[in-house]
Amino acid sequence: MGAPLNEKLQDVFSEPGCDKNQGKSDKERKKGCTKQLSPGAAAGGCAFDGAKIALQPIVDVAHLVHGPIACEGNSWDNRHALSSGATTYRTGFTTDISELDVIYGGEKRLYKAIKEIIDKYDPPAVFVYQTCVTALIGDDIEVVCKAAAKKFGKPVIPVNSPGFAGVKNLGNKLGGEALLDYVIGTAEPEYTTPYDINIIGEYNLSGELWQVKPLLDAMGVRVLACISGDARYQEVAYSHRAKAAMMVCSKAMINISRKMEERYGIPFFEGSFYGIGDVSDSLREIARLLVQQGAPDDIIARTEALIAAEEARAWARLEPYKARLKGKRVLLITGGVKSWSVVAALQEVGIEIVGTSVKKSTKEDKEKIKEIMGDEAHMIDDMPPREMYKMLKEARADIMLSGGRSQFVALKAKMPWLDINQERHHAFAGYEGMVKLVQELDKTLYNPVWDQVRLPAPWDVAAA
Amino acid sequence: MATVKTQFKAAAVNPLKMSQPLGAAYAFMGMHRCMPVMHGSQGCTSFGLVLLVRHFREAIPLQTTAMNEATTVMGGFDNIEKAILNIRERAKPDLIAICSTGLTETKGDDVDGYLQLVRQRHPEVADTALVYVSTPDYVGAFQDGWAKAVSAFIKALVSPVAERTPGQINILPGCHLTPADIEELREIVLSFGLTPLFLPDLSRSLDGHMSDAFSPTTMGGTTLAEVREMGASVASIAIGEQMRPCAELLRERAGIPYTLFDRLTGLEANDRLLAHLSALSGVSVPQKWRRQRSQLQDAMLDAHFFFSGKRVALGAEPDLLWALASMLSEMGCEIASAVTTTHSPLLERMPSAEVLIGDLEDLEKSAAGCDLLVTHSHGRQAAERLHISHYRAGLPMFDRLGAGHKLMVGYRGTREVIFEVGNMFLADLHHHHGTPQSWPLPEATLKAVADAGVKGNPSATAAATLSLQ
Ligand code: SF4
Repeated sequence: MGAPLNEKLQDVFSEPGCDKNQGKSDKERKKGCTKQLSPGAAAGGCAFDGAKIALQPIVDVAHLVHGPIACEGNSWDNRHALSSGATTYRTGFTTDISELDVIYGGEKRLYKAIKEIIDKYDPPAVFVYQTCVTALIGDDIEVVCKAAAKKFGKPVIPVNSPGFAGVKNLGNKLGGEALLDYVIGTAEPEYTTPYDINIIGEYNLSGELWQVKPLLDAMGVRVLACISGDARYQEVAYSHRAKAAMMVCSKAMINISRKMEERYGIPFFEGSFYGIGDVSDSLREIARLLVQQGAPDDIIARTEALIAAEEARAWARLEPYKARLKGKRVLLITGGVKSWSVVAALQEVGIEIVGTSVKKSTKEDKEKIKEIMGDEAHMIDDMPPREMYKMLKEARADIMLSGGRSQFVALKAKMPWLDINQERHHAFAGYEGMVKLVQELDKTLYNPVWDQVRLPAPWDVAAA
Repeated sequence: MATVKTQFKAAAVNPLKMSQPLGAAYAFMGMHRCMPVMHGSQGCTSFGLVLLVRHFREAIPLQTTAMNEATTVMGGFDNIEKAILNIRERAKPDLIAICSTGLTETKGDDVDGYLQLVRQRHPEVADTALVYVSTPDYVGAFQDGWAKAVSAFIKALVSPVAERTPGQINILPGCHLTPADIEELREIVLSFGLTPLFLPDLSRSLDGHMSDAFSPTTMGGTTLAEVREMGASVASIAIGEQMRPCAELLRERAGIPYTLFDRLTGLEANDRLLAHLSALSGVSVPQKWRRQRSQLQDAMLDAHFFFSGKRVALGAEPDLLWALASMLSEMGCEIASAVTTTHSPLLERMPSAEVLIGDLEDLEKSAAGCDLLVTHSHGRQAAERLHISHYRAGLPMFDRLGAGHKLMVGYRGTREVIFEVGNMFLADLHHHHGTPQSWPLPEATLKAVADAGVKGNPSATAAATLSLQ
């Protein structure tokens, strides 16, 4: 994968913001946080997938995948990151390399592909993603991008995160590195205000950013850049002028947050927009950081007034559900990063968490879960689907919340399931989102369909 | 007759095509108690799995050898070995089916050799069948991978049998057939007193049913015993041109004659099938199908009004393209644009002026002015921009329910497609309703009337002047 990527990997692996790495010896750390996956027993996306997840929500740029058809052809337009304008990001661009390219190298094709895209679609920038095969044959996307940028007078950004470099989470970070190296700090905003913030690690899935933005608007806070949900290339380019930043979604973009603090003096905090308490905490923290950075402190009072009004409104809307949901037992299987924020959110309405997966959670995540749930026994390190199925079949849980891949574990056990991962159709952020989550839970749990599908066939009953 | 062109662009935009290994893995899904594996880095498996999950709304067993850069450079033996041992221990499948990917092909892994070595080193693996197929991502497309996987099963498992089993026939369905299609075919074949062996058989694995246990492997599908039995069949039927090599392989290896049906959507295509089955079995065509045939005729008559003259833009893999283009043109549509993914002898026979091996950007461009877009779910953005209806055909179909139950073969399947497409044309009719302004007279006519009116009836003159304004 060439020297530059290796250096990048070392850099990302020794990320001081990541407690997972800090606990390791130098040698261990060099191996990185991608522990060798077990052949025949692995699941999850590749580093390219991760980089794409992190960057594709930049809606006005062309995302060009350099590789064979597999990487883009099998996966494009498969997420619900929403845009309020441009739809270029939903167009699937790939060099779709052939056998000849594998033999002679694909750099020429890549260069031409960039040209074609600029000629036809004229995006503000082109992002070029490296993949396994093109990395293996030694295509140097950095060089091609540089030449293309010079020739066509447009930013052409290499995203050097081939799938075989590691897991999805690493790819999130490598995607972030591309922004740090080539995009952030390359433009200036028309004007700045003392209330400018960046939101980092929010992808606007199903429009979640828009559930939060009205709150920030009411506080008088301006989102200078969201990295990368519903973002425009320009706003990412001038995001270094923000006064403060919030990092959502745990550690996925810790490197962006930390390096922007280091380079541009933008302080950040880690927060969540899931659950009433967490939303309020995050809003308070944004206000506090802005004041610390010199904003007039009347924002604090505005924020408190907003929180008071919105919390009351949310609780009033949740009230009718409390009695119906109290004591309902949830099995929560997620990709770790959101576990603790969702746990807190559900407990707010009296739901009991009978188990939560911590497979991909950091030590810090686990601490937080422990803090919230009090009992470590509920943490499931690696539950095989067969076990989940059994647990549901034996009705030791009333509902499972998970990503799309494991939904059938619940459905085939004739148990309710709610999608809370990347591919979900509903937005669950902010106070609005919490109400929505509870409404969805209630709808699912009380759907009369469960009585129907659980009916035994009359002839089976007769036989028994 | 069509001119076949390949689009030479450096960048494919909005791919129509999916990769060979995914097609192979899809074929693996039709085997019973099988663990499908992609030999490559984990992302390929993850994308393939998500795509099939979204299409079928079913759990999809698909594993990876989890290659990284270092193991790729050193060669993938260790990973293949570990994967096999891990899977055997955890999932206890009857069969581990492995396809390669672009990554391991670029390195040039000798997987057949690896498998031999694994067998030598681990005699305990003798209880598990291992099948490998080479499917580089940068060659061919989805349907090619499917056919190669079926050939690999035949090579690995079918040997000639001295005694034929009377009435037993092999059926080799192409990847464009859904589980519902296979179910329909089974019913048709059984009705002639014949015993069909399907390879592969998605109708028993991905037909979306409830089961009492949760298994990490495929459940349902063709069993190993059934594949081995295929050598004793009296005939093979291949559906789709993509399956010809598989049928030929069976003929070479076991001396079984075959008949290829390039499609089973359309009246005449199914007449041929039933006549053939009747000849094979000596049983006359059952009443049920005769009735269905007349129902199809009736449906065609009722529907043709709405099909004739309609311009359709079609994007699909060669065999599905052929089936739909043929049927639609038989109903009076004009195939204004046909885009496909890979080569096939069918392309030149397509009932359109041109067939393009290209992508959905090409399809979208050529679909301007068409009445209907026919392609898989990824065509939805194009259809929206073009403001035309989108009939979803092919895989992936992630934004509609019931992909596995879509029936397109047989008289009944043909009828269903005709009704579905016809209803789209019907629904679009209101866009073309007349308004008082729909049929204006041309300037020239109005002028002629105005000129003539000056000397005549004053009220006529006034009217003409008015309408000129
Ligand atoms: S693992 Fe490599 S080849 Fe496979 S999808 Fe990811 S980048 Fe592409």
